[in-house]
Amino acid sequence: MTSSVPTTPESVRKQAAEAAALRRKRARNVTTRWRRRTLLGLYLVFVMLPIYWLLNLSFQTNSEILGSFSFWPQNFTVANYARIFTDANWYMGYVNSLAYVLMNMLISISVALPAAYAFSRFRFIGDKHLFFWLLTNLMAPPAVFLLPYFQLYYSVGLFDTHIAVALAHCLFNIPLAIWILEGFMSSVPKEVDETAYIDGYSFPRFFVTIFLPMIRSGIGVTLFFLFMFSWVELLLSRTLTATNAQPIASIMTRTSTASGIDWGTLAAAGVLTIIPGIVVVYFVRNHIAKGFALGRT
Amino acid sequence: MEWMVWTLPTAIFFSVIAAILLGMTTWELVSPSVERRGFLPIATTRGDRLFIGLLSAAYIHLAVVGFTDISIWFALGASVLWLLVLMRWG
Amino acid sequence: MNKVYNNRAWFLILPMLMLVAFSAIIPLMTVVNYSVQDVFDANTRFFTGTEWFEVMLNDPALQAALLRQFAFSFTILAIEVPLGIGIALLMPKRGWQASAVLILITLPLLIPWNVVGSIWQLFTRGDIGLMGVGIRELGYAYNITRNPADAWATIILMDVWHWTPLIALLCYSGLRSIPDAYYQAARIDRASKWAVFRYIQLPKLTNVLVIGVLLRFMHSFMIYAEPFVLTGGGPGSSTTFLSQSLTTMAIGQQDLGPSAAFSLIYFLIILLVCWVFYTAIMNSQKDNTTQGGA
Repeated sequence: MTSSVPTTPESVRKQAAEAAALRRKRARNVTTRWRRRTLLGLYLVFVMLPIYWLLNLSFQTNSEILGSFSFWPQNFTVANYARIFTDANWYMGYVNSLAYVLMNMLISISVALPAAYAFSRFRFIGDKHLFFWLLTNLMAPPAVFLLPYFQLYYSVGLFDTHIAVALAHCLFNIPLAIWILEGFMSSVPKEVDETAYIDGYSFPRFFVTIFLPMIRSGIGVTLFFLFMFSWVELLLSRTLTATNAQPIASIMTRTSTASGIDWGTLAAAGVLTIIPGIVVVYFVRNHIAKGFALGRT
Repeated sequence: MEWMVWTLPTAIFFSVIAAILLGMTTWELVSPSVERRGFLPIATTRGDRLFIGLLSAAYIHLAVVGFTDISIWFALGASVLWLLVLMRWG
Repeated sequence: MNKVYNNRAWFLILPMLMLVAFSAIIPLMTVVNYSVQDVFDANTRFFTGTEWFEVMLNDPALQAALLRQFAFSFTILAIEVPLGIGIALLMPKRGWQASAVLILITLPLLIPWNVVGSIWQLFTRGDIGLMGVGIRELGYAYNITRNPADAWATIILMDVWHWTPLIALLCYSGLRSIPDAYYQAARIDRASKWAVFRYIQLPKLTNVLVIGVLLRFMHSFMIYAEPFVLTGGGPGSSTTFLSQSLTTMAIGQQDLGPSAAFSLIYFLIILLVCWVFYTAIMNSQKDNTTQGGA
């Protein structure tokens, strides 16, 4: 209607005013959009700067790092990376870390799935207290448990094996997995279970073929968290290993020697610890948006 | 088990805790607890009151041991009394 | 959801329970045993009763570490929660930009904690670090090994860098679950941006924020590797937090008795704080569901 030719002076003024308001609104939308982008961009710069600096130093020789200050490598070198990939002591650290992280993910998810199902579907004696006790294990500071852990795993003969670290990380990873999965499972209506049982499914068959596919984004996010907390943990994994299963994080402390710190190698090793994380995020990127709400929305 | 360096008092302590938990479970099986409001600001079940009682008992002991010269047995007595009050009227 | 009362559910719990109990209860018992003795080795030990508890509760260094810990935990929560919500509101909702921003923001979470310390050490050193050199060029004598205020600010900045992404991601996914119809209704009612945030977005965020705050509080209490690598607890003991005091005592000085006693005190504090938190959340959720049902 507004596009029709105006006939009276009032309607001319009215139409002009409407057009002006529309223009102003559009302009405001554009400025807010740019302000949003700038703010987000600033935050991303803040996130990326330290990582960029690590990357920058990893491509420099030690003499260049200490000798001249530059925003990018002047004499680009991959010698730091070469040192890590040719020395078995170094690259086995990555293998060890990945080995115990994967074992831990496997153990945690396989015992957490049935337990989370029990918490989300049934009431039983002590359920609330058990759930709270599990959460307290998330809070237990590893520093408290270091020495008993060392002696416990030493006395059962598991010291300096991957499985020891994997089991130790279960302390906080299993409760976390149950907490996350319980949220996802509770958002699946109970009628699904009941219909399946009426259709003659047994519990294991229903659980594996119907229920698990329904919460697969939840499982993806849980695995992401399990990977994250096991990969980044240092105290327990360092205490429970000596040489055979030493994680990369503790090997990195070797870069500080009597003659000073080997900055280049330290930076290169740091860059390499970020890469598995990037791979994992890439795999779950489509689930993160939904899944991080942990089913509790 | 040598490395766990057991002592008699701690062994008794853990046995008592285990016995209480076992007793509470049996009690719950025989007559299930109902959530109710007592003098505490929240509705609690029997198990909740036990937990609150044990946690406050721990704090009573810490306060007595750390900041007064009263005997620890006094703290124990006070805690047991407090636990009973809590279980009955909490 | 109405849950069925069925004690056979315990069979589903059992495997998990055995694993966690192995890792949690046996070490906890051992710590309690340590705390009442002076242990030299398995055969040479003396019963000391409650002496260690008395010593630890009155130790000024540990009281200071505890206060520092609380100050630190509340400071980072006060910064990270609003910042995380803000970032989540700014993040693009669809398209390739959404994926790219997600991946970039998640990065700091996946870096091993001591590497985070190393990254910030490299970044803030006065001779080779971008930030260290940058601030000095601006004329401020920035030095985290000499000046406690600088060390504090740097550790807080590092923690914000490291953990704000967790809050932001949780909030982002909470926001994504709001149906478009809500926003359309708000537009028809000509609701202001603030009203949309207050009455549509914030209520949806509370559930995920609870998880975020709880996780952040617990982890900030355990912070160890990052400040240890970055400042080593210094200058002096100005950035020595609880975990570091404990680890130095238990591993460095081999004082098993005192460190075990202190661990238990520490654990009781966390237990109380988290229980209060947990009960408050559970009760507010219960109120919500009864309101929804009525």
